[in-house]
Amino acid sequence: MARLLPRKDVVIMGLGWTGAVLAQELTDAGLDVVAIERGPWRDTATDFNIGYMPDELRFSVRKELFLSPVVEAMTMRNNADQVALPMRDYGSFLPGHGVGGAGVHWNGYVWRFFGSDFQLKTHLSKRYGARRVSELQLEDWGVSYDELEHCFDRFEYLTGTSGKAGNLKGQKIEGGNVFEDARARDYPTPPLKMPYAAALFMETARGLGLHPFPAPAANLSQPYVNPLGVAMGQCTYCGFCERFGCANYSKATPQTTILPVLMKKKNFEARTECEVLKINLHPDGKTASGVIYVDRSGEEYEQPADIILLCGYGLMNVRMLLLSGIGKAYDATTGEGTVGRNYCYQTQGAGVRLIFEGKHFNPFIGTGALAAVIDDFNGDAFDHSSLDFVGGAGISCGTSNGRPIGYRPTPQGTPRWGAKWKKAVAETYQNTMGIGAQGSSYPVRGNYLDLDPTYKDRFGRPLLRVTFDFPDNDLRMANYMSGQLTKIGRAMNPRELTVSHAGKGWNSVPYQTTHNTGGATMGANPRTSVVNRYLQSWDVSNLFVIGASAFQNNAGKNPTGTVGALAYWAAEAIRDRYLKKPGALVGT
Amino acid sequence: MRSLAAALLLVFLGSAAQAQDRAAAGRYQAILGDCEGCHTAPTGKPFAGGLVLQTPFGDMGVPNITQDRSTGIGNWSEAEFRRAIREGVAPGGRRLYPAMPYPYFARMSDADLSSLWAYLKTLAPVRHAVEVNRLRFPFDVRTLMTGWDWLYFKSEAFKPVAGKSAEWNRGAYLVTGPGHCGACHTAKTLLGADRAALLTGDSLQGWFAPEITGAKPRGVGGWSVNDVVTYLKTGWNAHSVASGPMADVVERSTSQMNDGDLQAIAVYLKDQPAADSEQQNALAANDPAMTAGAQLYRQNCVGCHGWDGKGEGLIVPPLAGNAALIQTSAENLIRIVLAGAQSVTTKSTPTEPSMPSFAWKLDDRQMADLLTYVRNSWGNQAPRIRADSIAKVRAGLRGGS
Repeated sequence: MARLLPRKDVVIMGLGWTGAVLAQELTDAGLDVVAIERGPWRDTATDFNIGYMPDELRFSVRKELFLSPVVEAMTMRNNADQVALPMRDYGSFLPGHGVGGAGVHWNGYVWRFFGSDFQLKTHLSKRYGARRVSELQLEDWGVSYDELEHCFDRFEYLTGTSGKAGNLKGQKIEGGNVFEDARARDYPTPPLKMPYAAALFMETARGLGLHPFPAPAANLSQPYVNPLGVAMGQCTYCGFCERFGCANYSKATPQTTILPVLMKKKNFEARTECEVLKINLHPDGKTASGVIYVDRSGEEYEQPADIILLCGYGLMNVRMLLLSGIGKAYDATTGEGTVGRNYCYQTQGAGVRLIFEGKHFNPFIGTGALAAVIDDFNGDAFDHSSLDFVGGAGISCGTSNGRPIGYRPTPQGTPRWGAKWKKAVAETYQNTMGIGAQGSSYPVRGNYLDLDPTYKDRFGRPLLRVTFDFPDNDLRMANYMSGQLTKIGRAMNPRELTVSHAGKGWNSVPYQTTHNTGGATMGANPRTSVVNRYLQSWDVSNLFVIGASAFQNNAGKNPTGTVGALAYWAAEAIRDRYLKKPGALVGT
Repeated sequence: MRSLAAALLLVFLGSAAQAQDRAAAGRYQAILGDCEGCHTAPTGKPFAGGLVLQTPFGDMGVPNITQDRSTGIGNWSEAEFRRAIREGVAPGGRRLYPAMPYPYFARMSDADLSSLWAYLKTLAPVRHAVEVNRLRFPFDVRTLMTGWDWLYFKSEAFKPVAGKSAEWNRGAYLVTGPGHCGACHTAKTLLGADRAALLTGDSLQGWFAPEITGAKPRGVGGWSVNDVVTYLKTGWNAHSVASGPMADVVERSTSQMNDGDLQAIAVYLKDQPAADSEQQNALAANDPAMTAGAQLYRQNCVGCHGWDGKGEGLIVPPLAGNAALIQTSAENLIRIVLAGAQSVTTKSTPTEPSMPSFAWKLDDRQMADLLTYVRNSWGNQAPRIRADSIAKVRAGLRGGS
C-alpha cells in the first residue's frame, strides 16, 4: 500500500530540460512544485569533475551517464510482421538518466524548426498537392512558428546560445541562416570560432552558391550571464562534450542554467532516485489525482497534486500514458487511437568522408555543436516540385570530437588491425574530415510506439515497443542528400572521397541519434493528437505532456531548441490560462 | 470616555509602530553582527543555536537565542542582554566565552543594542536545548573567564578617531564593533585574545582568514573601494571570490548591508597598516618546482583558469593577482585544491560554481609544486610550498576538520 503524502500544487515527472523549465516558471508563479526524478542527483563539481570527465572509456564507451537497460529497456522491430525483441543495450539512441536528463550529455545544438514544420500537412498539400504526401501520415501541430517565436527566444537566452542571426524581423543577413524564419533579435552570444574543416567547407559551399553559417550552439563562445542571473563560462573546445557532462560550466544544461536558482526556492523540491509507476486518475477518468512512485528502498508513495506534468524523455512520456491507461492507444491496423501515433526518428546515414594530403584538421579541437551548416536543402527551403520526396536535411561539417578510442579514420582498403592499420591511422587522423546530412523524419502509418505484449520491466510493467523503419520518402530524400554531399565533397578536391547512403532496416545497435519524436503528439484534432496546442492532454485536463513526444514530424534539425520552446509555451499556457480557469483549454 | 479610548489606542498604535521600527532597525543590527550565521545549526531553525565551533580549547555549542523561555533567552530582560554583550556576563553571573565576540559587540552603541534587543524579542520561540560547554579541562571552568576578562577585556564604547572622516569612523565602528571582523582575521594569543597586529590574518577551523589591511598585494590595498564593496555585496570581484566560512559571512551578512556601510568598511580597511613581512621575490621560472608545477598547471588547471591565470567572469576566479593565493599561510589554497570548494551565493550571484577536488589525482609532491607555481606566476610572489604542508592539511581533512 502506497504511503499517502501531503498534496502539492504541481508534480513533475522527470527533471531534465522540460521539467526544469516548467518548475522554474511555475514556482515563479507561486506554486508549490515537486519534481520526481528516476535517476541520481548530478552536479558539475562532483559528477563532472574536470580531473576525470575526459575519460572516453568510462563515459563514451561504457556510457556511464545514460539510461541503462537494467532500469528500463525497450523492445524493437522494423514492422508489425516481426516479433519485437528487447534491446540488450541502448545503441541507436541513448536516453539520459538522472537530474538534467539528456540535457547533460547532449551536443548543444539549439535550432528553431521552420515555420512550415509546424504546419507540414497544410503547407505541403498547398504547395505540391495532397496526393504528393498521401503515403505520409502528416498532421499540423496546432501551433505556429510566430506564436512560438518568443518561446524560442527565451530558450536561446536561457542557454546563452552562440550563433548568428540570418533573418532579423524579416531582414536577411548574410553569414547567418538566411532560410530561418524571422527572429525578433540576434543570439545572445556570437558564434563559436570555426575549425579548419568547417572553414574549408564554408568556402566551398559559398563557391557553389550555397549559404553556410555557423550552427547555433549552447557551447558558449564567451562568458555569459542568463536572465536568471546564472553565469556560464567560455567553451574550451575540449572535445569531450556529447556523452559527457561539461566540467567548466560552458555547455548549457539544466545544471548550468536553471538549477542553481530553482534548487534554492522554498516552493520547490526534487526527489531523486524515485520512479513514477503510474499516474492515478480520479474515478471519472477526466482528471488525474496524482502519481504513485517508488523510492530507492522500494517503498511506494502516492503524491497527490492538482497539476501533473509529464516531462520525461519523449519515449518515456508515451509509455507512462499507456501504462496509466490515459488516452486511446494507437492501432496501426485500423489507424484509430492516438497514443503512440506518429513516432518519428531522424534520417541519418547520408554522408561523405574526405581524406586529403598534408592537412592539419586537428580534430581534437571540438565541441558538441561546433559546425558549419547549410540549410539550402533542409525542410521545404528548396523546391520539391520535380523531386520524388518531401523533406530535407541540414548539411553540416563539424568537429565535435577527435577522441582516441572512437575516432580512427583510415583510407578504404586498410586492414582492420596490425601495423598497416596503425600506420594508416597515424597518417589519416589529421587529414580527414566529414560532411553529414541530418535528415527529416516524417510519420507513416506503420511506425509507432505501444506496450510490448511479452517483455516486462523490474516492476512487472510492460516495456515500450518501438516499431520503426525508415519510410521510403525519407530514404529517397537521404539518397538525394548523398548526391548533394558528393558534389560539395568533390569541389573540395580530396585525395579520397567515400560516400555513405541511408538504407532500409533500422538497426538499434550502432549509434545514430537520440532524436526520438512523436507518440504523444500535439494538434488541433483529438482524433489525431494526444495533447492540444498547449500540450494539455485531451483526455485528462490537469495533465500536460511536454517534450519531443509532442512533435507530429521531425525536422532535419536537432530537436532540443523546439523542445525548449514548447516547454516555455506550455508553462505560459498553465500560468496565464489554466491557473485562471482550470479545465480544458481547448474545447473538443 | 470614547475620546480617551481613542487617544489611548493612538498612543498604543504609535508605540507599536515605534517598536516595529526599532525591530526593523534591530534586524539590520543582527545582519551587521551576522548573529544568525553562528546561532543557527546547518539544518536547524534560525537563531535556535546548535552550531558547533571548533576552538583550540575544545568544541563549543552555540546557544539558542530565540525567545524560548527554557532553552533560549525568553526570560532575559533588556538589562541582562545589555550586560551579556557589554560585560560578557549572562544572567546568574555565568561568564561568556569570547567565542561569542562580546569584546567587539561591547563597542556597539546603546541605540544599536536596544534595537537589536527589540528585534530579538520578535523571534518566535524555538525549543532547542544546546549543550554549550564542551571545552577541554580546564577551559570548561567558566569562572576562569573572570581572569581572562581581567587580562584581555575592557568594555569600552566605540570612540570616533578625531581627524578621520565620518565615513572612516563608521567603517571603524562596523569593523571593530558589530561586524567583528577581527574575530577571524586578527591573529590570537595562546589564550585566544587578539594580538596587536590587527586584521593581518589568522587560522581557524581549518581555514586561514586572510590579511584584510591596506597591504598590497596581500591585503585589500590593491583593491579599489568599489572592489571591496562588490566583494562584500556579491562575494565576487575582479580579483577574488569568497568561499569557505567567508562565503557564509557574505551570504548572511555583508551582502545584505547597505552600500554606505560597505563603502565605509572598505575605506577603513584600506587605511589599516600592513603586517610586517619580508619582501618576497618570485621563484625563478627554471626552479624545478616551477617547471614541474607549470606542467601540472597545463594538465589540470588551464582549461578553467586560463594560460594567463585570469579565470573568467563569474565562474572562475583569477589566480593572477589574487591575494588569497599569497597569504602567509597557504592553508586555504591547499584545502581548496585538495577538497574542492563551492563559491558564495547571493541574490546577484546564484551560480555557486565549484572548484572540484584534486586530492585523488595529485600526490603531496605534485600538489606542492603546482601551488608553488601558481603562487609565483603572473606577477604573484610567495614562498614555496612544501610537500609536508600538503600532507598536514590532507590529514586534517581526513580527520574531518
